[in-house]
Amino acid sequence: MLLLKDHDVALRLVNVSKVFRREKRRSWRRLWPGNGPSLASAVNALDGVTLEVRRHEIFGILGPNGSGKSTLVRVVSTLLLPDAGRAEVFGFDVVREEKAVKRLINRVSVEAAFFKKLSAVENLMFGARLYGLSGTEARARIVAVLRRLGLEEEAAYQPVENLSRGMQQKVAIARAFLTRPILLLLDEPTTGLDPRSRREVQAFVRELRNEHDATIVLTTHDMHEAEQLCDRVAVIDRGRIVALGTPEALKARVASEGLPEPTLEDVFLALTGRHLTDSHHDQEVIA
Amino acid sequence: MRANQWAHEVRASYAFVERNINLIKRYWGWEVVWLSYTIANSLAITYIGAGMERISGQAVDTQFLVMYLLIGTLVWHFLSVIFDIVSETIAWERWEGTIEYTLMAPISRFTHLVGSTLFSLVYGFAHTVIILLAVVLFFRLDLSGANLGGAALVLLAGSMSFIGLGIVAAVLPLLFPERGAQMTHVVQALLLLVSGVYYPVEVLPAWLQVLSRLSPATYVLEGMRAAILDGASFAHLWGETAPLLLLGGVLVPLGVFVFRQAERFAKRTGRLSRDG
Repeated sequence: MLLLKDHDVALRLVNVSKVFRREKRRSWRRLWPGNGPSLASAVNALDGVTLEVRRHEIFGILGPNGSGKSTLVRVVSTLLLPDAGRAEVFGFDVVREEKAVKRLINRVSVEAAFFKKLSAVENLMFGARLYGLSGTEARARIVAVLRRLGLEEEAAYQPVENLSRGMQQKVAIARAFLTRPILLLLDEPTTGLDPRSRREVQAFVRELRNEHDATIVLTTHDMHEAEQLCDRVAVIDRGRIVALGTPEALKARVASEGLPEPTLEDVFLALTGRHLTDSHHDQEVIA
Repeated sequence: MRANQWAHEVRASYAFVERNINLIKRYWGWEVVWLSYTIANSLAITYIGAGMERISGQAVDTQFLVMYLLIGTLVWHFLSVIFDIVSETIAWERWEGTIEYTLMAPISRFTHLVGSTLFSLVYGFAHTVIILLAVVLFFRLDLSGANLGGAALVLLAGSMSFIGLGIVAAVLPLLFPERGAQMTHVVQALLLLVSGVYYPVEVLPAWLQVLSRLSPATYVLEGMRAAILDGASFAHLWGETAPLLLLGGVLVPLGVFVFRQAERFAKRTGRLSRDG
């Protein structure tokens, strides 16, 4: 059992920044006299993000497409190296203590990625073994979690490509849950699901927190979901956290500015001047 | 490393073997087609030996020539399978979109890559034995004087080097999401040219002969031919096995090192995600 360095703070980000650069002109012609240096575009995916997620919390990160939500999740998942700042999971640094962090976390992304020709059980077995589970232990857990998520036995042995999008997303959640992470990163887990599947996934998220002592970080652009599920919400826009608090506190902040009975959509609009459904890929040109 | 950590790493390694076996079961039709193609290809190449007397109009030792070419096809197929499976480890996961999940798992990169290579060894060896049996039966070849154990030993020693080269090649799909997998074929083509798969390396220009000494396939082919055609003893085969072990000892750690550096670069530049 891994000893946690910090019991009370599940996730701490301090001034985390990430910039993606892409060269616009990849041509030998730029070496020709007079053509000048190549132009590169830079996207500030994360810009000095600082926040703390407390243990046992369901913490929402609310923002439109391209706001930096997935980048933030990837940094915490050890899949992206931050350019600046520090990210810690229960006190372990995601860069310097990568392996310790990996043992504590798991992630579900918006796209349920599997070996599509393999069955749910085969995919889950692969995932479970990667986390060191024996075959017997993995099988027992797989049966239990798939049953809990309402997946029929017949479907569990079908190639994943034959399952509906909702079913695939449930299997993705099962894969993350199998390893019993104490920090679960859910990156838009209900996007594209029908209302019934969405409700089932949301109920399972609550159950994870209440019965399994997990801390959950949930990114979404669904205000209703954030309001229903999250204890606290951080509003992210253009890679910056523009507000952080309980849904009630955030709404109260806008209400005090003259808007009666505001929603989280109103909160986002008031803070950024834009709608949550807007997507953007703002780029600044650098030499 | 503690005992439970070892158990964890071994289980994780086995995960790749089990997954690939499951994938073979799902793609069994493709496996049949691939094996049929490989046998037909091997027969086509060995028929060059069978027809050489007619082509040249001169007397040749047809049995020897057929065996010479057969060994070339067997070795090349075995090494290609290892190289392909290892180098495609990343390309395949990229295609399925699972690469981020695999790289997020709390296992060492060495474990990850060893798991993939273990499978490739078993798969490649099984294929090679099937092709050998098919061609031997087809041409009624006499293997009574061959040192088959010695040949297998040389093949296994050589596979270590190809695992190392495969790991280095796996870096290409990691860094170049769109065409990285195809780039690995360049490495294979160069090895095919300089290693004397279907001809003695002595027929190559002097500068290519220098390169042939750096290719592990050269030593595998020389050792296999000595074992099967001349029935060379284990002691005699040490001359080919020793450089292979040396190359393997350098190429496997080098491959893992290069892969780790490439993974770090990919994490810094955001190239792991599906859209690259």
